[in-house]
Amino acid sequence: MINGVIEWLHATLPLPGWADWLWWLVVYVAASLAVLLGLLVIIAFLLLMDRKVWAAVQMRRGPNVVGPFGLLQSFADLLKFVFKEPLIPAGADKAVFLLAPLASATFALTAWAVIPVSENSWGTWVVSNLNVGVLYLLAISSLGVYGIIMGGWASNSKYPFMGSLRSAAQMVSYEVSIGLVIITVLLCVGSLNLADIVNAQKTGIGTSAGLPGSALDWHWLVLFPMFVVFFISALAETNRPPFDLPEAESELVAGFMVEYASTPYLLFMLGEYVAIVTMCALTTILFLGGWLPPIDVAPFNWVPGIFWFMAKATFVFFMFAMVKAMVPRYRYDQLMRLGWKVFLPLSLVMVVLVATVLHFGGLA
Amino acid sequence: MALTAFFFYLFAILAVVSGAMVITARNPVHAVLFLILTFFNAAGLFVLLGAEFLAMLLIIVYVGAVAVLFLFVVMMLDVDFAELRAGFIKNAPIGLVVGGVVLAELVALFAVYGFELGVGKTLAAAAPEAGSGITNTEALGRIIYTKYVYFFQGAGLVLLVAMIGAIVLTLRHKEGVRRQSISAQVNRHPAAAMEVVKVAPGQAIVPSSEGQG
Repeated sequence: MINGVIEWLHATLPLPGWADWLWWLVVYVAASLAVLLGLLVIIAFLLLMDRKVWAAVQMRRGPNVVGPFGLLQSFADLLKFVFKEPLIPAGADKAVFLLAPLASATFALTAWAVIPVSENSWGTWVVSNLNVGVLYLLAISSLGVYGIIMGGWASNSKYPFMGSLRSAAQMVSYEVSIGLVIITVLLCVGSLNLADIVNAQKTGIGTSAGLPGSALDWHWLVLFPMFVVFFISALAETNRPPFDLPEAESELVAGFMVEYASTPYLLFMLGEYVAIVTMCALTTILFLGGWLPPIDVAPFNWVPGIFWFMAKATFVFFMFAMVKAMVPRYRYDQLMRLGWKVFLPLSLVMVVLVATVLHFGGLA
Repeated sequence: MALTAFFFYLFAILAVVSGAMVITARNPVHAVLFLILTFFNAAGLFVLLGAEFLAMLLIIVYVGAVAVLFLFVVMMLDVDFAELRAGFIKNAPIGLVVGGVVLAELVALFAVYGFELGVGKTLAAAAPEAGSGITNTEALGRIIYTKYVYFFQGAGLVLLVAMIGAIVLTLRHKEGVRRQSISAQVNRHPAAAMEVVKVAPGQAIVPSSEGQG
């Protein structure tokens, strides 16, 4: 919430005391709607960017028909999905079948309630500045699996069920390493608040060497192995290639989405992309300094923080898209091996190492 | 505050209703989904109490991990509904007796002690005063890692033993299974795996040694 502005408005407007809760209700609804609308529009263009990057790597043109350079492609897709006929298989469990995509999209969007996108003299730009923001995000991202597992089961069909089983195991496995990576960051920061995590990156290696605040202070450099582990785990957690086994088309047709059409399918896709963008934002906050400028000197620090935040998140998304275009799909047992036998021990050792360095180095 | 009261009744009513649905739903998968809804509403009540750390932990641990595995198992099981219902009639008296005893104990406890039990006092003493700037995550950490550190570590040890026990019970080394050894694959040298053969016209290639290629 941009507290400064809202409290000023609150003080200025002549509201009777009994209407106080109504005022906060209106403020929170308005803030949520603003975040939601901005997010959905940005995702429409990120989806296009994903396809364009993928096309460019394969030396194709990608979508280029609707609007200039195909810019309106996502909106055309949206219209197409909405106007198609929703099909529900006869053997499906109707209520759960329709609830699954809804849950998938809702849970994914809920995460954005706590993601701070900027901070200035007005306050932190976030709907709810939770003290346990990181835990909230972890909780929400672990809920993403329900949409998939419910959809796969309710379809009452073989491939969707196989896809959802794979996905449940995959997401539960990679949550473990994501959790441990987040713990290393939290050890360095000493707070679960996302805004505090960004602000802790104002000082670091660069500033202790006498330089002005810069990209060298951010956690990506100090915790570089964890940055890599987090990025790869984020790919697995959001079912992105090369870990898109729940919907591996060569094995499972379209995985848990096989029986879905029209708007329910759109909601699944939306949920997936929102989860990806959430992971990009989380990478930005944890490792890339959130809204901090890359070098804290003029003219870089004149630019509003939200611009830096979006630029960094878009860069991470670009990396996601490049990975999708370049890396072949993992085999399922290799995926499990990577999660449990490589990332889990590595991140556990790093937690101990970081804690030891912080404790005996007198840094915490 | 009106909003707090509204949300309390919303979460409380939903928790009770979905809790009742857990035991009345005919489809076991629906029952688990209602159980998850119950967890959610309990988490909502924790948030209203100001215990946001516990609320998030409830969701991460129970909803995010335990209930997923639960759902997994229930979906894989081939549940016979007729048999299930027959068992219900047979086991209902036992269940009622157990439930009745627990209820009676709880009622007796609260009738005698109310909330003045030792545990209640300790918890009340541990809670940081409002405005002291200590979040409840920090307050919990201060108690768990100082006063109750041995109990905490002991609980962790119990879980570790349970986990290792489950692994030992299910671990089977099958004979004749080819396993992938990534380090062996990466360390394999081309000279050991490949051979350049000059093939003379009209002659067959005879492998020079076994086990290569």
